[in-house]
Amino acid sequence: MAHRRTFRSIAAHLLAIIASLIAIIPVYLICVNALKSSAQSSSMGIEFPNELHLENFATVIEQGRLTTSFLNSMLYASSASIIATLFAAMAAFVLSRQRTRFNRFIYLFLIMGIALPINFFTLTKIMQITHLINTKPGIIILYATLQLPFAIFLIYGFVESIPRELDEAATMDGCGPVSIFFSVIMPLLTPVLVTTGILSFLNTWNDFIMPLYYLNSSANWPMTLAVYNFFGQYKQSWNLVSADILLTILPVLIIYLAGQRFILSGMTSGAVKG
Amino acid sequence: MGWDPVLKFGSTMKFRSRYPISFAAPALVLYGVFFILPSLGGIIYAFTDWSSYSDEVNFVGLKNFVKIFTPGEHYLGYFSNTFLFTIITIIIKTVVGLALALLLNEGVKKFVNLYRVMIYVPVVLPMLVVGLMFRSILNPATGLFNTFLRAIGLDVIAMSWLVDPHIALYSIMFVDSWKGVGYIMVILLAGLQTIPKDYYEAAKVDGANGWWRFWFITLPLLMPALSIVTVLNMLYGLRIFDIIYATTNGGPGYATEVLQTGIFKAFSQGQYGLGTALSSILFVILLIAGYGVIRLLEPKPVQQ
Repeated sequence: MAHRRTFRSIAAHLLAIIASLIAIIPVYLICVNALKSSAQSSSMGIEFPNELHLENFATVIEQGRLTTSFLNSMLYASSASIIATLFAAMAAFVLSRQRTRFNRFIYLFLIMGIALPINFFTLTKIMQITHLINTKPGIIILYATLQLPFAIFLIYGFVESIPRELDEAATMDGCGPVSIFFSVIMPLLTPVLVTTGILSFLNTWNDFIMPLYYLNSSANWPMTLAVYNFFGQYKQSWNLVSADILLTILPVLIIYLAGQRFILSGMTSGAVKG
Repeated sequence: MGWDPVLKFGSTMKFRSRYPISFAAPALVLYGVFFILPSLGGIIYAFTDWSSYSDEVNFVGLKNFVKIFTPGEHYLGYFSNTFLFTIITIIIKTVVGLALALLLNEGVKKFVNLYRVMIYVPVVLPMLVVGLMFRSILNPATGLFNTFLRAIGLDVIAMSWLVDPHIALYSIMFVDSWKGVGYIMVILLAGLQTIPKDYYEAAKVDGANGWWRFWFITLPLLMPALSIVTVLNMLYGLRIFDIIYATTNGGPGYATEVLQTGIFKAFSQGQYGLGTALSSILFVILLIAGYGVIRLLEPKPVQQ
């Protein structure tokens, strides 16, 4: 019996290790090939580099104009996630606290956006009318809007867990709605706000559809679109493409590893309640 | 914060204005203007000949829809590819995700979090980058996948994954499942962890074997999580765009063209009326599906 249990446990670990390897092999491939010479990287093999070509990074930063794209991505992802998280928290707070029929409808209307597709054609028209097309503020507003439905859904559930007595006590102390929200509720929402912020940041950082439709000038491109364009020009140099990809995914991986607790809790909170 | 004019009113008024609906206004304005307005306006434009070639926009009735549903055109293929992609990825991700969740919940006792963190890595990667990586990995001649297959003697199944029109769409489904399965696993794992352990103990005492326990305890109690996973995968599959754009861009021919890539092509070719008709059909499909999601995400007091 004891033997059988040990055997089963070893088999289970073996399977889990294989699954983990399959999940991270492509990232490993990118890492090793980013350091190879152009010739050695042509097959994107798993072997280590014969000699380290650290200059690949300098080449792609210069050729791919990555500094601009990196700053653009940072600007878009951080602004959009701050705007989306703040607006979503404000909306979720009043909608969750004040459960009237009307508010219930507004809530469902807002989270419906989790499912709906964007109509890119008519959105173009609106971007033109508002003079936001091909501008940085325009793309930030679009990204913030896209994150709102899921952010509201996440925060709405969390607001319920904060006792209403706190609001009442704050009112007794003479606080208005604005100060109740910012000085009493917001601090208590911190965990879910961090989750929402991280998820919005990653979604925006990883996206390339919005710039594909709404940014025509390469000076405004984020990292993803810059990588795609770079790939078009340097298809034969997988070492450079890998170096470019690595620089794009490095921030994502760092944020993921640092904030995985928040990410995983956010992604599961919808399901566990069900 | 000192004096509040609200306090001067009666108690109901005081209660109401503690949570003023104006707090929802910024979110509503952005969402209404940049999300809902284009979608609803798009339905009107779907009945016009709106294009980039002319400033005039005329009503043309059902012309765009007739064109989309004409068997000779390739648009029907966009629908069938989208549905096929959606159904098969739902099946793969649910089955593999459940297997991995069970493995981490019951199989291994140590390093559960480490495995979970690693299997989730593909989920956080940009889809565009995943597409580029797999273009190299699935390269018929030099790619790592075929090299591996040849090394273990499986030359027969070393195929032209993304190039052969008969299998390209399935190859993309495989890549997409590789990327998405960690997400499904994490949700199902969380679902599994809510099942009380004593149910299994009781079943063991009654002599139920592993398979029976899975069938009569795990599966029924996991149903809420499984249905959410299915619906999330469905919403995702119907809107699929970036992985196809990054791997085959709809080719070879129209073999991997789906609704969203077709919409993008219509956009680039300036066929706005036709594109917005496609987009509106997708909108209606997802509106119906989205209603189902809201019903599922609602916490219900009693599960029927």
